[in-house]
Amino acid sequence: MKRLLILGAGTAGTMVANRLSRTLDRDEWKITVVDQHDTHYYQPGFLFIPFGIYTKADVVKPRRDFLPPGVELILSPVEVIEAERNRVRLAQDNRWLEYDFLVVATGAQIRPDQTPGLMEHEWRRSIYDFYTLEGALALAKHLRTWKGGRLVVNVVDNPIKCPVAPLEFLMLADWFFHEQGIRDRVELIYATPLSAAFTKPIAAKRLGYLLEQKGIKVVPDFMVERVNPDARKLIAYDEQEVEYDLLVSVPLNMGDEVIARSGLGDALNFVPVDKHTFLSPKYPNLFVLGDAAAVPTSKAGSVAHFAVECFAENFVRYVEGAEMNVRFDGHANCFVESGFGKGLLIDFNYDTEPLPGRYPLPGIGPMTLLEESEVNHWGKLMFRWMYWHILLKGRDLPLPALMSMAGKWRNN
Amino acid sequence: MTTRVLSGMTVEVNEEGFLLSPDAWTPELAVEIAREEGIEELTPAHWQVIEWCRKNAVNGRSPTLRQITAGTGLSTKELFALFPKGPAKKVARIAGLGKPEGCV
Repeated sequence: MKRLLILGAGTAGTMVANRLSRTLDRDEWKITVVDQHDTHYYQPGFLFIPFGIYTKADVVKPRRDFLPPGVELILSPVEVIEAERNRVRLAQDNRWLEYDFLVVATGAQIRPDQTPGLMEHEWRRSIYDFYTLEGALALAKHLRTWKGGRLVVNVVDNPIKCPVAPLEFLMLADWFFHEQGIRDRVELIYATPLSAAFTKPIAAKRLGYLLEQKGIKVVPDFMVERVNPDARKLIAYDEQEVEYDLLVSVPLNMGDEVIARSGLGDALNFVPVDKHTFLSPKYPNLFVLGDAAAVPTSKAGSVAHFAVECFAENFVRYVEGAEMNVRFDGHANCFVESGFGKGLLIDFNYDTEPLPGRYPLPGIGPMTLLEESEVNHWGKLMFRWMYWHILLKGRDLPLPALMSMAGKWRNN
Repeated sequence: MTTRVLSGMTVEVNEEGFLLSPDAWTPELAVEIAREEGIEELTPAHWQVIEWCRKNAVNGRSPTLRQITAGTGLSTKELFALFPKGPAKKVARIAGLGKPEGCV
């Protein structure tokens, strides 16, 4: 029996287990998945929790429910990966697991501890995050009775999971405070280390108006060094300051500590792999899927989905000694909530920036690319059902894994 | 997309003056671009950062500030002193690498 070991039962790891359990010969392969705990989070749903659109019950389910029968699930933290010796040590009973092939899908986590002042006595009092369930729930409670003031959303550094989420948060906040009748008492500010809210030329041209129209102020090139939680201000490396009454931080994102302990990662604990095949350049039996990989695409579930589809096709060939013939193109497809029941949709890859057009049917849609519409918003809400019932189970969507130029407009 | 002449060479640049291809870069270009960024002279400390970034660029993308500090051993404060007001962006431009950007 050959053993395929998958570390992490999040979006990427679960999809890998599901796809490969169908395509690998089960008489020859044993598939084992390791994760620290049994709760699967629908992370895109966290964004809606602060505004009371989703509750906790909408975003959590047991991991076991999404793994196919016959796939072994071990609940334990991982101590270390010894890639040289093809084995992994679990925290539980110091047990060693040997493998023939390893898929690392340990994801990315927020690290508020990496910015001084963030995670001290004002953490979850005047400083919040919405990238964890606990953070999103605490923020929801705070917003229910908040009387208004200066709300600052700050991205500490890139890359982050779901790079559009901070913008979505601000646009949903604008809508929420309108509904609460206190929009005139709320200032919305976006402090970003990038040079603008939209940095891709065509998106900037077409969407630049959005934030201005909604009265959201952008503080660009803001590289936060520390937070002064008592004076309620963010201080940048160049001494620039931004004051707040309520800080919604998107802390530094890092890969799992087990990556650092195992000497596999870069400065942010992300693992360098080939961006088309996800194979490690150092170990011929080690692949990294999902947010844990250091590849120049967005850390997002849609990317993981398209990537896993390509990987699974390659993997069955690779283990037979054949060449991997599907090259992942960095395809991402993301709904972007823009408030007031509308949304945007962006579809792009390593080489092509988000372009306007229609999706998935060229010329017809119904989704509109890089343009606000109500149907995009409904698409985003419907997506939760698709996530639990289709995507995680590794079933095919009637959408191609690689990006298509059909339906996109270049010159507009 | 446009072309311009820098230190006697015709190179392709984007609207903000970033080289389109990292392969078109030369140390002479770096000196000239640095001047445009308000850095009169590139010291050995500047070159250490530029060279590290070129070596560690993944697919023509400049490393992030945190990767630069971890890799070169310089502190972020020192980077800000070397490349005032936005070192990540300035180093990227001087080193002929892509501008740090988001997905939209």
